[in-house]
Amino acid sequence: MNNGSNIIFEAKGITKRFGGVTALEDVDLQVHEGKVNVVVGENGAGKSTLMKILSGVYADYGGQLFFKGEAVHFNNPKEAMAQGIAIIHQELNLIPYLTISENIFLGREIRTPLGVLNTKQMHSKTQALLTRLNCHLSPNTLVGALKVGEQQLVEIAKALLEEAKVVIMDEPTSAISDTEVATLFNIIRALKEQDVSLLYISHKLDELFQIADRFIGLRDGKMVGTLEQAAKATKEDLIRLMVGRDLKHLFKKEAVPMGAEILRVENLNLRINKAHQASAHRLKNIHFKLRKGEVLGIFGLMGAGRTELLETLFGLHAKDMTGSISIASEQVHIRSVMDAIAHGMALVPEDRKEDGLVLQMEIAKNVSLASMGKITKNGVINAKSEMTLAKKFIETLHIRTPSERQHAKNLSGGNQQKVVLAKWLATHPKVLFLDEPTRGIDINAKNEIYHLINALAKKGLGLVVVSSELPEIMAISDRILVLANGSVSAEFNQENAHEEKIMQAATQ
Amino acid sequence: MNQIKNTLLRFQSIIALVALCIVLTLLSDKFLTPENGWNIMRQISINVCISVGMTLVILTRGIDLSVGSILAFSGAVTAGLLKYGVELPAFNVFMEFTVFGAILGGLLVGGCLGTFNGWMITRFKVPPFVATLAMLTIARGATMLWTGGFPITGLGTTFAFIGTGWFLGIPMPVWIMAVLVGLAMFVTHKMVFGRYIYAVGGNESAARLSGIDIKKIKVWVYALAGILAAVGGIMLTSRLDSAQPNAGMSYELDSIAAVVIGGTSLSGGRGSIMGTVQGALIIGVLNSGLVLLNVSPFWQQIIKGFVILIAVILDRLNHPNED
Repeated sequence: MNNGSNIIFEAKGITKRFGGVTALEDVDLQVHEGKVNVVVGENGAGKSTLMKILSGVYADYGGQLFFKGEAVHFNNPKEAMAQGIAIIHQELNLIPYLTISENIFLGREIRTPLGVLNTKQMHSKTQALLTRLNCHLSPNTLVGALKVGEQQLVEIAKALLEEAKVVIMDEPTSAISDTEVATLFNIIRALKEQDVSLLYISHKLDELFQIADRFIGLRDGKMVGTLEQAAKATKEDLIRLMVGRDLKHLFKKEAVPMGAEILRVENLNLRINKAHQASAHRLKNIHFKLRKGEVLGIFGLMGAGRTELLETLFGLHAKDMTGSISIASEQVHIRSVMDAIAHGMALVPEDRKEDGLVLQMEIAKNVSLASMGKITKNGVINAKSEMTLAKKFIETLHIRTPSERQHAKNLSGGNQQKVVLAKWLATHPKVLFLDEPTRGIDINAKNEIYHLINALAKKGLGLVVVSSELPEIMAISDRILVLANGSVSAEFNQENAHEEKIMQAATQ
Repeated sequence: MNQIKNTLLRFQSIIALVALCIVLTLLSDKFLTPENGWNIMRQISINVCISVGMTLVILTRGIDLSVGSILAFSGAVTAGLLKYGVELPAFNVFMEFTVFGAILGGLLVGGCLGTFNGWMITRFKVPPFVATLAMLTIARGATMLWTGGFPITGLGTTFAFIGTGWFLGIPMPVWIMAVLVGLAMFVTHKMVFGRYIYAVGGNESAARLSGIDIKKIKVWVYALAGILAAVGGIMLTSRLDSAQPNAGMSYELDSIAAVVIGGTSLSGGRGSIMGTVQGALIIGVLNSGLVLLNVSPFWQQIIKGFVILIAVILDRLNHPNED
């Protein structure tokens, strides 16, 4: 008990593993009744996983949940909802072709005794809910016609229909405009008045002070502490709660003699035309240089434009970009991925299963996929060269597999990542882009990747590594660019890099 | 135990084929004879030609519903060129065609229509189902226009050799089928183009990021499907010594059935030419057996439908984690 408030919902000793990776370890969390409980933490700290356990999305975990003092276990979100716990996901789950009222009552429609939809009653109940949220939309409006912020309101109304006692919100402000944020915060305050308890996740630190009653810090899947009186906390306190991990004792980048400039990016802009994209997804006026043997780290929070930057350099947004890219001091025009590869670029994407591998193909075939020209003659593949190529990388990258004929889907995350790396190293790149190269892989494989990055730098490659893990980026980079809202907000050398300063720059 | 189960599942279509042959041999003494064997092979040859193209398309996660119509149009074009030639009054030109020239004309038409399919799908992002459905009626309409709704017959003995002749003791259609199957197996297993087909169907996004020209691969695959349908059309026209305006109706369904029974996944990236040949054989053997056993044609259709379902259910068991 703190500040005399009741604990309505509590998690004790929650542990969750995905394969060999521990996402949460022995986490205790309390939701105080009628308060806005804010969970802060870096990307990958385990916030979303924890919320999914609390709301019944993940049913298998270690530890115990207590609702109003009683032990509970939810097998699915519906069971959690029945108890009064609702979650509003980062991605909204609404059907655009249905009206607000139809969406709210989806799966729990009110019927007349004859089994026909009772549209009138659903309409009036929806109207009541919307009024309660101070929203003046008609229940007959199609959801597809609403702005993202308004759609969020519909999700909240949906939660309230079930008399939710605890509402969990996962990064609700990441995709909405400032005025919509203000509206959302008013609603949060109103919900508080109505004795609804909120559990709120965000990394937009500045906004949080407007609504938070208490802060809960999560780091590396562990609970690191709470700030019970949000009003007295400062941004620095929060940053201290989020950062402070130490990877350096595991890995320290070796100093490598740097060579000539290999990549120069000048005045790079990316516009995104899609109507619903928030301005945060654009890139604005980005400049940087990369030398041979240098590892440039790019840090940013979700939505800062990290992935977009790499994709743009790699020719994926040729139509929407402006600016100049030079390789080895010569300006190049990259209109497609093929151009990028031809100029010696390589990109290991963030999501290896979606974008990196053809999962049902053998390792050998995945490894050769981007460099077929090197093992073919007149369009015919030299099977022997292909196997040799694969064997070489299995050995040098320590890919743990019974054979090069193993299907990629049967490998562990770390070994899959190495196969993607092998595919790109086979093209003999000059510049290697790595997007979250250690996401979702175990600590040993992570270390192997760090050493590999170092070895590649030594060989004279220029590397750009995007990571949302602060200790990681600090350990492996010679230089760090911080992205915030699509622009470079700060640059650090290895000597003057400081966790709290970086986080400060990222949360601007 | 698991090992045995896995092996059984992997060779399901061969096992099914052998079992089917054994049962039919026991039930009818006319089944296991050389004549019936060649009959079955000749009958499936056209379906196999089309299905080779269909397999390539389905491997890229597409579908081609237009093959039956393209078959009819290409066959009719070949027959028309051969019999009547082409007259262009505006230029005061009249062209006659040799058998070779007429065949080339038919193949060209098939290739063009297939390319058009591919262009619609890649340039305008028309879903393959819709683009080829449109082509199904376009090519059928074109066939009707070209023939005026009447068969073109009397195409000469040289042309008839393609569909009815024998060479070294083997029927010509079987030769054509064997050569095409061999080529397709070489392309899919040994050539970069084949590898890219699997990559595009297996994971289009990863293929794009690997620098593969997805659009080029897809256009080529639909063009090949068109050309192979034309080959089928020419074989059919030659065998019947007649180009029928309604030839090839619902052939696309038999072809998709052969591909699916052969274990190629409709979600792309997995399957093989050899599997498709086995699928076509199963359908051919079943058809022949049911005819020999005097099963009514109505029941034949029902049985064929269930065979497709069973094949797909077995395939599901084999690959439980795909959607």
